[in-house]
Amino acid sequence: MIEARELTKRYGDKTAVDHLSFSVEPGRVTGFLGPNGAGKSTTMRLILGLDRPRSGTATINGHRYADLPTPLRTVGALLEARAMHTGRSAYNHLLFLAQTQGLPRSRVDQVLGLVGLTEVARKRTGGFSLGMSQRVGIAAALLGDPQVLILDEPVNGLDPEGILWIRNLMKQLASEGRTIFVSSHLMNEMAVTADHLIVIGRGKLIADCSTEEFIERSSDKYVLVRSPDAARLADLIAAAGGKAEPQTEAEGNGNGAGRAAALRVTNLDAPRIGEIAAADRIVLHELTPRLASLEEAYMELTAGHLEYGKHGPGQLAEPAGEPGTAQPAPASIPGRTE
Amino acid sequence: MTSAAPPVHGASVSEIPAPSPLTGFSRLLVSEWTKIRSVRSTVWSLIFLVIVTLGFTALFTWLTILQWDKSDPAQRAQIMADPVSTILGSGLEFGQLTICVLGVLVMSSEYSTGVIRASLLAVPRRIPMLAAKCVVFAALVLVVGEIVTFPSFFLGAAILHEHAPVSLGDPGVARAVFGAGLYLAVLGLFALAIGGIIRHTAGAITGVIAFVLVLAPLTQLIPGKIGKYVHAYLPTEAGQLIGQAHEQANQVLSPWQGFGVFCLWTAVLLVIAGYLLKIRDA
Repeated sequence: MIEARELTKRYGDKTAVDHLSFSVEPGRVTGFLGPNGAGKSTTMRLILGLDRPRSGTATINGHRYADLPTPLRTVGALLEARAMHTGRSAYNHLLFLAQTQGLPRSRVDQVLGLVGLTEVARKRTGGFSLGMSQRVGIAAALLGDPQVLILDEPVNGLDPEGILWIRNLMKQLASEGRTIFVSSHLMNEMAVTADHLIVIGRGKLIADCSTEEFIERSSDKYVLVRSPDAARLADLIAAAGGKAEPQTEAEGNGNGAGRAAALRVTNLDAPRIGEIAAADRIVLHELTPRLASLEEAYMELTAGHLEYGKHGPGQLAEPAGEPGTAQPAPASIPGRTE
Repeated sequence: MTSAAPPVHGASVSEIPAPSPLTGFSRLLVSEWTKIRSVRSTVWSLIFLVIVTLGFTALFTWLTILQWDKSDPAQRAQIMADPVSTILGSGLEFGQLTICVLGVLVMSSEYSTGVIRASLLAVPRRIPMLAAKCVVFAALVLVVGEIVTFPSFFLGAAILHEHAPVSLGDPGVARAVFGAGLYLAVLGLFALAIGGIIRHTAGAITGVIAFVLVLAPLTQLIPGKIGKYVHAYLPTEAGQLIGQAHEQANQVLSPWQGFGVFCLWTAVLLVIAGYLLKIRDA
C-alpha cells in the first residue's frame, strides 16, 4: 500500500508535482499514467525518498521510505534502466545491493535466472542493450522479494517477448497480494496491464479509478453508421433529435475507397437509428455502437495537461510507437466495441 | 553483445534463501567493498600508484646521486639531515595524484553512472552509506599505501646510501614511512569528500589538484609571516609533514600536528559532503 498525501515538488519556478494525493492498493496492478513531463518519475522519486518533497508526505505500508530498516525487502523499484556502472558486471551490481540487505549470493543468482540474464551475468553492463539493462533493473527490483513494486516505464526497450513477460509477471505478483505501481505514458500498455489507473497531468491528479471506469467516464459513446445515402440519413437523425457528423477517414478502421460514407451519431442509440433508416427505406451497410478507445479517452483527459509537445490530441491519439517500445494491440480494447 | 537469454517464465520470485549472518554496518562495509573491487578504475589507479611512486623514487634519488658533487651544499646538507623526506617526497609527490583521482571517482562515479540512486534506495538514511564507503576506501588505500611506501623507502635508501645513509631504525624514520601511507589514506578521503561535494568527476578532480598542487605555490607568494602560516596550514602541505623524520628549526607545525591539521580539513569536508548528501535530491 502506497499513500501520497498532498505531495508537492518544485524545481525552481516549475512545479513538477502539485498537491498530489492518491493511494495504491495491494492486490492489483495500478497504472500511473500521464504525458511526458507530467511528473510521474518525480512522484516515484518522492515516494522512494530520493527527492525531498516541498510539502506533503508519502508512505509505504505506513512508513516513510527512509524509515524502512531493509527497504529492498519491502519495496522494489525500477527507475532509469541505465543507472549502473558500465564497468561493473550485472552480477556485482546486484551483489552489492543484496549485501546491503543481508541477502545471500544465491539470491542474486536466483533473480538473474528469473530475468534470463544468467549467461551474461559476469559481463560488464556497458555492453548491454537497453532491454538487457532493463532486465538488470527488474532483477534489482525483485531482489528482496518485496511486497511493493514501483516500476517506472518497465517495458521501455524490451522486445515483445519481454513485454509479455513483464506484463504477466506484474499480474502474477499482484495476484499474490502485492502492491504494483507501474508508470507509463502509453495508454495501450496500461489498458492490457493495469486494473486501476492514476492519471496525472502537469503534476496534478486527473483521474483515480478503475481502468474500465476511466474509459466509461471519459469517452463519449457513439454509433458508427455507414450508408450509401448518408446525407439523407443525417437529416432524418437530426430531425429525431440525434446528432450526426461525418466520420473522418482517419478515425475509421480500414476505411477504404469504395465504401459507403460513415456517420458518427450521438444522442440516439443503434436500434432507434435502425428504425429511422428502415422507416425511410434507407440502406445501412454498418450500424455499430462504439466506445472511444482507451487511447482516445486518455488523450481527451490529458489534453491541456501536456507539458511538452505542441501537437494536438488527435495526432497523439494515433498509436504510433514510441521508440523502443513495441506496441501491443491497436487502440481499441477487446470487448469494448461491439 | 549477445542478446539476453529468453526469460524464464513462471519462475517463482519468492524463495529467498537463508540470509547472510552479517548485520547492520558490516553489511554496508561488505557492500562497499564489492562496489570498489568490481570496477577497473580501482585496480588501475592502485597499480599506477605503485608503479609511479616506485619509478619516481628511483629516478629522483638516482638523479640526486648523479648530481651530488655539482649540487648546492645547502641542499646536500638538507638531504643528509633528513633523507627520508627526500625519498618519500620524490615518489609520492606524483604517486599521490592517482589517489586524488581515485578518491574523487569512488564518489563521483556513483553520480555520473546513476548508481547513487540504487545505493540510496538500499541505504535511504544515506550517511551510513557514505561512512561505509569512507572506511572501506581509507582501509584499502592505507594497505596499498604501506605496500608502496615501505618498498619505496628501501629502494630510495639503497640508492642514497653512499651519500646520505638512513635506516628504518633511525629516530623518526619508521613513523615517517608509515605516516606516508597514512597520509595517502587521508588524502583519499579528502578527494572522496570533494567528489561528494562537487559530484562531477572533472570538476572535482580539478578541485583536488588545485588544493594539492596549485594552492601551495600560490600561498608562498604571500609575503611575510601570514604567508608562511597560510602555507603551513594548507591541507596537503600540513599533511605531508608526517613524512619528515625530524622537525626543522623554523617549522610552524610538527609532523603530527601537520597530520592533525590535514585530518581536520578532511573531517570538515566530509561533514559538508555528508550534509549535502543528506539534503540534496539524488
